[in-house]
Amino acid sequence: MSPSVPLQEMIRAIRSARTQCEERGVIQRECAAIRAQFRQSDNGGRSHNLAKLLYVHMLGYPAHFGQMECVRMIASPRYSEKRVGYLGAMMLLDEKQDASLLITNSIKNDLSHSNQYVQSLALCTLACMGSAEMCRDLAPEIDRLLRASNSYIKKKAALCAVHIVRKVHDLGELFTPAARSLLAEKNHGVLHGAVVLITELCERNQETLERFRKVPGTVPDLVQIMKGLVISGYSPEHDVAGISDPFLQVRILRLLRILGRNNEGASDAMNDLLAQVATNTDSTKTVGNAVLYETVLTVLHIKSESGLRVLAVNILGRFLLNNDRNIRYIAMISLQKIVGTDHNAVQRHRGTIVDCLKDQDASVKRRALDLSLALVSASNVRSMMKELLLFLSSCPPELRAQAASGIFNAAERYAPSQRWHIDTILHVLTTAGGDVRDETVPNLIQLITNASELHCYTVHKLYRALLTDISQQSLVQVACWCIGEYGDLLLRGECQETEPVQVTEDDVLDALETVLQSHMSSPATRGFALTATMKLSTRITDNVDRIRSIVSIYGSCIDVELQQRAVEYNALFRKYDHMRFVLKMQSSVFCSGSNRQVSPLVFLPQVCDLLDLLGGSEVTLQPIPAVGGTAPGLFTNTSSTTGGDLLDLLGGLEPAPPELSYLIFSAAPTVQVYEKAGVALTLSCEKQSDSGLTVTLTASNSTDSDISSFTLQAAVPKVCLINRANSSCFTQSKSFFRLQVNLKMRIRISYSSQGSAFQDTVQIDSFPGLSAAGH
Amino acid sequence: MMRFLLLFSRQGKLRLQKWFTPISEREKKKIIRDMTSMVLARQPRSCNFLHWKDLKIIYKRYASLYFCLAIENQENELLALEVIHRYVELLDKYFGNVCELDIIFNFEKAYFILDEFLMGGEIQETSKQMVNRSIEASDMLQETMEEYMSKPAF
Repeated sequence: MSPSVPLQEMIRAIRSARTQCEERGVIQRECAAIRAQFRQSDNGGRSHNLAKLLYVHMLGYPAHFGQMECVRMIASPRYSEKRVGYLGAMMLLDEKQDASLLITNSIKNDLSHSNQYVQSLALCTLACMGSAEMCRDLAPEIDRLLRASNSYIKKKAALCAVHIVRKVHDLGELFTPAARSLLAEKNHGVLHGAVVLITELCERNQETLERFRKVPGTVPDLVQIMKGLVISGYSPEHDVAGISDPFLQVRILRLLRILGRNNEGASDAMNDLLAQVATNTDSTKTVGNAVLYETVLTVLHIKSESGLRVLAVNILGRFLLNNDRNIRYIAMISLQKIVGTDHNAVQRHRGTIVDCLKDQDASVKRRALDLSLALVSASNVRSMMKELLLFLSSCPPELRAQAASGIFNAAERYAPSQRWHIDTILHVLTTAGGDVRDETVPNLIQLITNASELHCYTVHKLYRALLTDISQQSLVQVACWCIGEYGDLLLRGECQETEPVQVTEDDVLDALETVLQSHMSSPATRGFALTATMKLSTRITDNVDRIRSIVSIYGSCIDVELQQRAVEYNALFRKYDHMRFVLKMQSSVFCSGSNRQVSPLVFLPQVCDLLDLLGGSEVTLQPIPAVGGTAPGLFTNTSSTTGGDLLDLLGGLEPAPPELSYLIFSAAPTVQVYEKAGVALTLSCEKQSDSGLTVTLTASNSTDSDISSFTLQAAVPKVCLINRANSSCFTQSKSFFRLQVNLKMRIRISYSSQGSAFQDTVQIDSFPGLSAAGH
Repeated sequence: MMRFLLLFSRQGKLRLQKWFTPISEREKKKIIRDMTSMVLARQPRSCNFLHWKDLKIIYKRYASLYFCLAIENQENELLALEVIHRYVELLDKYFGNVCELDIIFNFEKAYFILDEFLMGGEIQETSKQMVNRSIEASDMLQETMEEYMSKPAF
């Protein structure tokens, strides 16, 4: 066919433009010329003009002024103009444009044109951009063409019907009879169209699906056609690398899948065929593998017999070993889908899947990761985890977060021992600490606290990790917490599970200071480090001054969070030196936003000393001997309480802002002493010594709104001494008591929520874990 | 069904676009940008399948052109590769050793061939010869009509 010279000249002109600006200029000129031509009456070059416009449109320039020209050209009697007109309609018009309705009539006329190529243009355009109204208008025409026309038109009409059914679901009813009869055709194009149409009808409508299942012969017919394709002789017209019409085979297999799903009868009828296709199809080329792949999908989704299922999974296993990356990828996707149902069958190929973790291709790696994580079980967790950790150290960055969280989940579910679990988590934090989720830190802390016999081992390991690398924030945070908490174990030096190493107090403080000063540390990490330093002040003996100086430096830190802490700790050093031992330093987890119940951290308080009542300057305090931790000292109070049963709370320390929450959770038996309007108060006691008792009060808010200005006041009979530690965000408070009589406590809480103030008083007469005598 | 077929060069210039669902112009432009950047960023010997939103993207490079086909999730990816290959073979037969310039200067023919092979997002004709014969016949029809129209009426 002779090329369109004007079009080609224009294309040449556009391509020879050296800059974008020049190109725009050329195109503007051309568009102006085209517009002028459109306005003129019929000339011989109309199709060329429209073609030029379509080219310009493909380059990305606006071409909407050509829409009406398309409508005119479609109505033209000339085939060349119709051809370009319909092409233009498909490119420029879609169902959202108003002009598209204007071509409905032309299409209708062309559908009954004497020339099949004109008919085909109309059918093609309708199938491409037919709107719902157009489809409704023209559906009867399409049905007519489905029944009585040549195969060239029938195959197009079938696909047109598919489009109509997608646009207007109800019209499926109209096409069902014709669709059924088309299966008897010999022409592959028509058969293909028929299979696609029946697939569409069955997918849309359950009743139609049942009808096709029941109609005697749909499944056997399809089986027959497939057999013909697979077994019979070479058909040069449809052959692709030795497979006879793979496109049709795949469509038939898909339809069989739909018909056989959840249906015993249909599934039985196709078992033999599927086995035949699975074994006879040549799998050396992609096209053969395409057919095998579809067969495997069908086998796995219908009610096939177990032998066939095993055959299918084995085919997938063979795919895994294929040199072609695409085939490996396909295999893993399919195995992923069935790993839930046919877990054991997939487990057999675990080795190959794990090998795919080392593949170069990122898509294959991703699939292999998903599949490997799904295959971890209690029996293979150690070996699988080794492979996964190896993968984590070399995996592409976009997969790190997924791999880390997958490893954590698997470790949590199948950890053979606590030490293994902690080791695994530490390994992940060392390799990919930047990609783990935020909850990892508190989760890990909880885990470590629970594994009490491993404290020594853990703190040694974490200390060593801290010395090596302080860039992974999660790891550093956990390490700081651990050192703060179990620093005495670290300093003691000996540890059963790792080699002993001599760690001096200076070394530890050096490490923490490095974290504090490093620019790599995030504010949260610095907070951890500062708190840990403070905690160590109760556990070490020689370098308290050094700690004091570190803490005071941060009293003028720019970061508000750190400054707050440092100031409070400073205050401890200055005014309440004796209290340092009592303040249970615990790790800080920042509440994110609302004051909801934050997941508590398990924390074993280290009991030190009991303290005097604090209530302002009239209290004279005697310093506690610095015993570093275990023996309680006694204390006498010379002042009286300030009025009433309520006592002043700790003076110097202001309630911390909600972001600073020191979470304490005692492992002792708890009892809920108050619950109203979503605010609950639970109490637990721990008898630390003969004359010392730690009572922990935990307040929580389970409503949807925030609670502010929460204050808690506790009073005990005068013979008891109270020391209230820092109050902070309403979640907790603590008190220490020395008991001589039956302990009673009255608690008053006040808070404001949703604009209104609440106040309530609770009297507690019995404490869990105590006998009636209160001892 | 197939959602769209794009052909673009190594520099990201679009040579052919076929959309099988109604999409706004702005959305089309965005998709083209996404596809070109995604596909051109791929390593040479990687897998030909990508995931994008809820679709599977199958791409294959032939000389200087990338063929990018988007299919829905239940379609067969390996068969999609065959579809791309079949289209290339059809172009090759028609133009005789097709190259990118052929498709640039005769883009409307490329569309006509595509419209004989695919329709409404599905394969229309599975036989190469049938498609070729239809194209030839249509071309013949166009020429005879043109000749007829341009001949002076005696």
